[in-house]
Amino acid sequence: MATASTTGTEEVSEAAGVQMHVVKGGSGSPLVILHDELGHPGWLPFHDALARQHTVHLPMHPGFGVTERVEWIMSMRDIAGWYLEAFDDLGWEHVPVIGYGLGGWLAAEMASMCPQQFSKLVVVSAPGIRPPSGDILDMFLVVFKDYVTKGIFDPENSAGFQSVYGGDPTPEEADARDYAREEASRLTWRPYMHYPNLPPLLHRLKRVPTLIVWGREDPIVPLSAGEAYQAAIPGSRLVVLDRCGHHPHIEHPETFVQHVQEFLNT
Amino acid sequence: MLIGHFTEQPWQDDNTGLMGNQSLDLGISNELYDPMQGAKLYNRYIDEKIFAEEMGFDGLMLNEHHSTPFCMQGVTNVGASILARVTNKAKIIILGNILPIWDDPLWLAEQLSMIDMISYGRLVSGFVRGGGRESVAHNAPPHYNRERFEEAHDFIIKAWTDPGPFRWEGKHYHYRYVNPWARPLQKPHPQIWIPSTVSVETVEWTARHRYPLVLLATKLGPTKDAFDLYHKTATETGYESGTQNVAYLLKVHVDETEELADEVGRKYLSGVSNPFLSGNEGTVNPAIMSLPGHTSRRSKRLAATAFGPLGRLGTNRRPYEEQVQDYTIISGTPKTVLPKIKHVLEYLRPGSIFFWDGDGAMSHEDSMRSLRLMGEEVIPAVREMGKELDLSSPFEIDPSNNQPFEAKVNEPVVPDKAEAKSPEPASAD
Repeated sequence: MATASTTGTEEVSEAAGVQMHVVKGGSGSPLVILHDELGHPGWLPFHDALARQHTVHLPMHPGFGVTERVEWIMSMRDIAGWYLEAFDDLGWEHVPVIGYGLGGWLAAEMASMCPQQFSKLVVVSAPGIRPPSGDILDMFLVVFKDYVTKGIFDPENSAGFQSVYGGDPTPEEADARDYAREEASRLTWRPYMHYPNLPPLLHRLKRVPTLIVWGREDPIVPLSAGEAYQAAIPGSRLVVLDRCGHHPHIEHPETFVQHVQEFLNT
Repeated sequence: MLIGHFTEQPWQDDNTGLMGNQSLDLGISNELYDPMQGAKLYNRYIDEKIFAEEMGFDGLMLNEHHSTPFCMQGVTNVGASILARVTNKAKIIILGNILPIWDDPLWLAEQLSMIDMISYGRLVSGFVRGGGRESVAHNAPPHYNRERFEEAHDFIIKAWTDPGPFRWEGKHYHYRYVNPWARPLQKPHPQIWIPSTVSVETVEWTARHRYPLVLLATKLGPTKDAFDLYHKTATETGYESGTQNVAYLLKVHVDETEELADEVGRKYLSGVSNPFLSGNEGTVNPAIMSLPGHTSRRSKRLAATAFGPLGRLGTNRRPYEEQVQDYTIISGTPKTVLPKIKHVLEYLRPGSIFFWDGDGAMSHEDSMRSLRLMGEEVIPAVREMGKELDLSSPFEIDPSNNQPFEAKVNEPVVPDKAEAKSPEPASAD
């Protein structure tokens, strides 16, 4: 991976009734990346790599610490509906979207409601479907640090993990994590991190080229859920990364970006 | 003054390795559970409550916790229902039902109405928000804990007081037909008391509703602060609160000799771990202790400044002697406990107090000895202290309007036992 050349800039604009914070960087055609249940991580190496070919937009979900909370949003389907208007207002029409973790589930919900908004879709380690085997690890029964650490295949030797989540958080970061956890709880408390009727709705993605990326050893959302996404979305492809947990974009950024670029370029 | 009795009704089984072991809250599998032991313990605790009434307690306090051995009352309304029938004059004080975990609060309103009728109007209906343990055990959304508490409360009051049928389309609760065929005997409805372990928002909410606030074995200083906040909020709300508005639960054990009191006092702290029992708290899962959104940021911030973090949960595993020193536990002969109780009454001025006893590893005999001595020597003396200090309970002065009640607290309310329990067959008309 090339050394970071950009850091992205944070912009605030009106979208769907709130002041939406979006980190933006790079140049080229637009690419939207939806963050996970841990909150917005800032500008990461994999953003940087993708920013060499795309203008990367990293929206901060409402309620996750920076963009204000939308009071009426009580479920993943609520936030997906809200986000479609935000996409309209931000001028993101027929764009490729990557979503990882909860952001992947969000993207899948949105795409099932409005497939024409998506030129391509990348779903990474996403909850949303009840895994046919194994359970989604309950993030609310462990503290933040444990949840992140458990999600990494080899936390000791993961440079990505150490640089993003390794040290002690600043008070601001701790606060933001707290907000993210609270909003994730609002959206996913029960049924925990899935909707039983998402798979049939995903059939509508038959015209959206979809790549699914999973860590083979994902201890948070078992690989069987990735296989279920693949089975539910006609024509989708599943790429499984070895020696990888819940965060392929952090654990194996080069391989991850390589798969994504290849998918976006074809 | 109202004097009540409480025990957590802890699980006791020497074969489990849980006694005195610092277990993890919500970390114990129920494969250890022996239902025959459960049967004996449930019956023992009911017997002790009946004896507490015989010994002159005005109130029998019950509570509820979930998926944990420190409290066997998973369904407090079952305990209350039984006491409604087998006791005669004591108030049945549920502190309390955990509103946010009820997905169907109409069912709760019906149960409480039945308990109030079966007891001939002796129910005190406490409501609580519950801790993380309860939200996890019954899968109640923690981020809506306070909203659900408030909406369920408003709904139950309406279901009790407004003639049905009516509809309820709220944020968290929805009913197309509210018309319970059971209404509370007490009018307008059973008194509502709110137990708390010192949450600023709860204290303020309680004061604004003129409900008695019950502080649960919190340290004396933070308890005084909470009562002061209550009285201040009352003034701001436009009424004058008094002793009828505040109540206190404290650990009291009475025994025949100081040596025995000391020995049993230590047993009190050597049963199954209980996060609310200083000295035997066990360990807790920090994630469950602070579920997302369960406590508002404002309340957390205020608690940290106003009362110190978690008023009562001080240093874990504090030695017994230290707890005796600072009144965390009062254990002794009647002669030695009475001055201590008097100090608490003078300092806090509660209109109602509850003696928390019979906990931990205490045996049935330990509990019964204490209950007998309380009846013979402690309760009469404390009643005198209450008079001397002018401490009125919510059944002497109505906290909703500060008017004195005519009936006295400790009078039987069952009209005629034989008549009430064995009615004659209905006559032809």
